[in-house]
Amino acid sequence: MNRSFLDRIVAGEILVADGAMGTQLMERGLPAGACPEEWNLSRPRDLEEIARLYLEAGAQVIQTNTFGGSPLKLAKYDLDSRCEEINRAAVAAVRAAVGKDAFVSGSCGPTGCTLKPYGDTEPAAVADGFARQSGALIEAGVDVICVETMTDLVEATLAVKAAKAISRDLPVMATMTFDRTPRGFFTIMGVDIPSAVAGLAAAGADLVGSNCGNGSGNMVLIARELRAGTDLPLVIQANAGLPELQGDRVVYGESPEFMAEKARQLVASGVSVVGGCCGTTPAHIAALRQALQPARQ
Amino acid sequence: MEILQQIARELERGEDGKVGELTRLAVADGLSAKQILDDGLIAGMNVVGEKFRVHEIFLPDVLLAARAMYSGMDVIKPLMLEEDVPAIGKAVIGTVQGDLHDIGKNLVGIMLKGAGFEVIDLGNDVAPEAFIAAARENDAQVIGMSALLTTTMPVMRKVVSMLREAGLNGKIKTIVGGAPLSADFAAEIGADAYAYDGVNAVDRVKELVAGSHD
Repeated sequence: MNRSFLDRIVAGEILVADGAMGTQLMERGLPAGACPEEWNLSRPRDLEEIARLYLEAGAQVIQTNTFGGSPLKLAKYDLDSRCEEINRAAVAAVRAAVGKDAFVSGSCGPTGCTLKPYGDTEPAAVADGFARQSGALIEAGVDVICVETMTDLVEATLAVKAAKAISRDLPVMATMTFDRTPRGFFTIMGVDIPSAVAGLAAAGADLVGSNCGNGSGNMVLIARELRAGTDLPLVIQANAGLPELQGDRVVYGESPEFMAEKARQLVASGVSVVGGCCGTTPAHIAALRQALQPARQ
Repeated sequence: MEILQQIARELERGEDGKVGELTRLAVADGLSAKQILDDGLIAGMNVVGEKFRVHEIFLPDVLLAARAMYSGMDVIKPLMLEEDVPAIGKAVIGTVQGDLHDIGKNLVGIMLKGAGFEVIDLGNDVAPEAFIAAARENDAQVIGMSALLTTTMPVMRKVVSMLREAGLNGKIKTIVGGAPLSADFAAEIGADAYAYDGVNAVDRVKELVAGSHD
């Protein structure tokens, strides 16, 4: 990559991001309830392989397996003392697979703690945790930080600020997860789209957007509302629909073709980075790339 | 009763300090624990539940209301023992194995306690065997299981089938809930009930307990 992540986006380029990590880990035997980030230490080859599959599918932005890499979340598996090691190993695995052929995006998901006053966790503890996590990710050489699947705006802004405090120049994407209600889109913590955009932008996010959620159909509507609220570049990573159980198997309904069609609508609505979340596979990402950049490669 | 309405109103606002204070006043006024619970705390929580259901309020407001409910219940707990209000049933609850999400389960727990149930909360990441062992040990009529992750929902099926194998189906009833669940899923796995929120869970568990006396 000769030009930086943000330069290319500002220049109007559309970038394709990767698809689900958890879905791929489970296919390789990660049991329900196990710590996905532990694989950064014990099974880095699997992570390299997943990154390579997404690179080959055409992803230009590839995420680290660090969604639950904040020490507050790792503490639930007694792995908080290994936070830095786990986050660094995740970056190394993706970098080994993609070299300079894709941007490495450091995923920062929710801590899983509920903040005061409505929960028991001090916001300062959350801020410290994200500082440790993004510090390790940035030190290990990520090209961009992706704060994602947030539902609490306070937690999201703490994560964005933590990354920006370490490196003002490193781009930060920040995405929240909205549910469709009869009164419009809200996160489960009650954050609507205009508030999310305003809060994330004020915290210093370079791109704002949405991920996870109820499928790519809703994401087109969400993207339009995001676009109405900000001039910042937008990022959307939708689930392949809502997960459903067939027997004991989890399946997602949206096909690569369906998501590719929605991806065209997302770009038409002003989205710059389009990828997938839960249930999306390299096949989905290949379809997105084909739909969005048919002329390239 | 003016004061009970005030308790309900402050609970809706999530004012835990005021709810505790008003509950103490109500006790001093000679109101019974049952009156305070039913017409103050639970009345307020029912309004909160309804507003949450129609997306008028969101999780933070519900969590604050739950905390306020606890501060009221702490005040009347000694009174309940004194009045010898018997528990109307016993329920073992938990978030199923592999799942660490416990906000919904905690809300169901407080609603059940408020409604007069004895609740044995096993926390999150609860193994199927642990649900059944706790229900047997405590002589509980109901096992309540929660999940947020679709991937952990099969654990619920396992608990139901283990109860059946142990010949305990019908004796220990099962109820399931959580964002990705549906009544259809509950029926498919053979659970005895499904609840879409905490208020609904109380109604369903009451039905299950009434049924188990047959």
